[in-house]
This record gives sequence, C-alpha cells and structure tokens, in this order.
Amino acid sequence: MDSALIPKGVKRCSLPVFIAGLTPVVLVLLWGVYAMLLCWLKGLNQTNMNDSYGFALWIWADLAVIAIGGGAFFSGLLKYIFGKDELKNIINYAVLIGFICYSSALLILAIDVGQPLRSWFIFWHANVHSMLTEVAFCLSCYFAVLTIEYIPLILENRKLDEIPLIHNISHNMHGIMAVFAATGAFLSCFHQGSLGGVAGVLYGRPYVFREHILVWPWTFFLFTWSAAAFGPCFTILITKITEGITGKKLVKDNVISLLAKISGWMIFTYIIAKIIDTFYWATVTAPELGFVWSDFFTGDRSSVLFHGYWLLFAEIVLCGIIPGLILISKKHRENKTLLLTAVTLGTIGVCLNRWTMVMQPMAMPVMTFDSWNLYIPSWQEVATTILPVAYGIILIAISFRYLPIFPQEVELNPIKE
Amino acid sequence: MFWFSFEWVWDMGHIVFMGGLWYALGILGIGMSYVIIKSVKETFYEDSTGHGDNH
Repeated sequence: MDSALIPKGVKRCSLPVFIAGLTPVVLVLLWGVYAMLLCWLKGLNQTNMNDSYGFALWIWADLAVIAIGGGAFFSGLLKYIFGKDELKNIINYAVLIGFICYSSALLILAIDVGQPLRSWFIFWHANVHSMLTEVAFCLSCYFAVLTIEYIPLILENRKLDEIPLIHNISHNMHGIMAVFAATGAFLSCFHQGSLGGVAGVLYGRPYVFREHILVWPWTFFLFTWSAAAFGPCFTILITKITEGITGKKLVKDNVISLLAKISGWMIFTYIIAKIIDTFYWATVTAPELGFVWSDFFTGDRSSVLFHGYWLLFAEIVLCGIIPGLILISKKHRENKTLLLTAVTLGTIGVCLNRWTMVMQPMAMPVMTFDSWNLYIPSWQEVATTILPVAYGIILIAISFRYLPIFPQEVELNPIKE
Repeated sequence: MFWFSFEWVWDMGHIVFMGGLWYALGILGIGMSYVIIKSVKETFYEDSTGHGDNH
C-alpha cells in the first residue's frame, strides 16, 4: 500500500502489521496526552508538587533526556569537526534520537511551566543573571539545529527526493551541515554545562554546591563531559534495540566499536574527574559548610531506601567505572553481551547522576528543624513522563520505515530474489 | 528582547546573553537562507542535472 514511499533496496513489514505493532504505543501516547491536557486545562494541581519539589518529576526527566540526547551533538562534533568519517553511518540515527530527546525536553518543559502560552516570556523578559535563561536560549537554538539536521533526512524520502527543488535543498543542506553541527556543539556545551551550573551554584543546597572557576562551578564541566560521554551509549543502545526488533544488522561493527571506544574513554576520564570532585566535596566543601558527608546518605529507613549510599555506589562504580572499563577494552567492547551491558549501565548511570543532582538535594534536610522530604509523583506526572517514550518509539518507527536512516542497511541486508 | 524594548539595559549581561542568542539565530538564519537561495537558483535558473546520491 505504501511501498512507493519505502526506501529502495530495503524490506519492510506490510502496512497493517506496522499499524498493529504501533497501536499499543499509540494508546500509551494518548494516555500521556490526556494527562498533559489535564495539566494544561486544570492546572498544576494535577501534580504532587509542593514547596520542596517545585519542578516535580519532570525536572529529572528533562535533564535525563537532554543528557542521553547528547549523542547527537557529540557524534556531529566527531564527524564534522574531528573528521571521524566512519560515523556517517550512524549520524542520521544519532540526529533522530537527539531530535526526539530535545523535542521531548521542550514538551516536558511546556507542561512543567504550567502556562505554556507564556513560554516566550523567557526570551522577551530575559533574566540575564540566570543560568536557566542561558539553558532556555541554548536549548531552543539547539532544537532548531537538530530540526535543520533532521530535515534533509525527511527530504531524502524516495518520493520527495524525486522533486528537483527538494533534492537540491537536501543536497545543499548536507553541504553546509558542518556549520550547523559546529553551532550545535557550541550550544550543547553551554546548555549541558549550565544545567549542571544551576545545581552547582546553589549554596543553600550543600549536597550539590561546588567550588567555581570564575562563574562556573565544577558541575558545569561535569555535566557537559557526562553528556558527551554517555550520550553515545544511548545512541548505541537504541541502535542495538532497533536491530533486535527489526531482526536486521543496520550498522557495521567497526562503526559501533569506534563510537563505543570514544564513549569509553570519555566515560573513563569523566568518572576520574567525578571521583575527584566527590572526594573534594566530601572532604573540603561540605565540612566548610558545616556538614559531614555521611549526613547526606543517612536518615530514617525510607530516606535511606531512596537516597542511601547505594545511589553513590550505583552512579559511580556500577554505572560509571564498569561501563568505562568495558568500553575502553577492544576485546570487551567487541563482545556483544558486554557491549550491551556497558551501554545500558552507562545510560542508567547518567540518568542516575541527573536524579542525584536535582531530586536528591530537594529531599535532604538543610536546616536543623528539617526532615527528609520524600516525593511520590501523581499518575499525571508519570503519564506525561512516559509520553515522550511513546512519542519517540512512534517517530523512530515511522522514520525507519520511510527514510534512509541507515546508509549500510542495503549492503548488510541484501534482498534475496 | 531587542534594544528598543523598555526593559533593555546596556550592560554586559544583556549584551552577552542577547548577543549570543542573536548570533546563534543569525548563523542558522543565514545558513538556511543560503541553502534555499542556492537550491532555487540551481533548480530554476541553471541547467541542473541533479547531484547524484553522494551526500
């Protein structure tokens, strides 16, 4: 039925099977949309936000998707600026994943602000003393970059590409993509960093407060570093999941191995910096603010369950050191099981890091009369947080079906006559 | 925010923040304008035979 739209030389399932496969995901999407409309029409009373948790579960989801979407800017930087040409075989998918992550982040923000019709206020009435203003500027501009990077993929659809003007636009966009990629890398470095900087300057929250270089706390650099390190892990993870679902090999092993190796060294160096940062914070910064570092990980039974030492161990050792060590070893990263384990742990690790930087500080008591604040999100928050996942699956499925996302697919999966 | 907005102040914060924003938007705008003008020119005013698939 839609065979004229499917790229040449590749095989796809029939349209009814495709629609049937997507139906459960569409239902989840509709559930999320319903919750989103409730938040917009009835207001933020639909959430469990309170004076301690002013940004709800969404703030973590926002930071997490931005971090795992970092694979797009870092792959673009490696390909267009550092000349790692092999990555042209995965860059389209990295861009698509980045586009999904950033559009999801903006959607979540549009729900979180409560008054999405006033989103333009941040540009018109900009508070030029706020790192969040910088984040909003860079995030919007970088989303524009990702859209520009995604457009040529859409224009390369078999039918659209037959139109000369569209073919030329697509070709010329590829011609100057390095300019857009460089702009995207610049914007990404700043907004990823500023998201960390927002936490690092909170002197009233000693768990996340850090020392500075000029106006930038250490967390500024750690956030950018971790997004560049773990973003490619998510790109590889989603590529492997796509290969598993489609039953096809879509990217050659040497491409995955190169990206995994670079990601591994980035993780390894990042985790050393993170350990030094944690050690300095525990032995110098926190004591200077009148705290013993164990204060941050001990409390009553329920707080230890959510915010105990296990979180520190999981973030740094289990989801930091271990994936880093696996990925820097050629023998280990070429083992499929270990590779999959490493990229899964890496993805969880960066999400945990964002959790500990935005949710944990709000839970911890700061004053002597404070107690641990635990937070249970409402179903509307959960539904709207799952909404981007469903949206991402649908967009990936449609893009994979109709667009030439994987340049090596035809070669790796010849159609037998 | 523009310099003619009543909230505008000629200080370093406004110049750096808004300058950075307009600089980034300028690159994207000029880049896309270049692509569209070049593509229209190639399509309608030159004897273009297409670029092949070597993107």
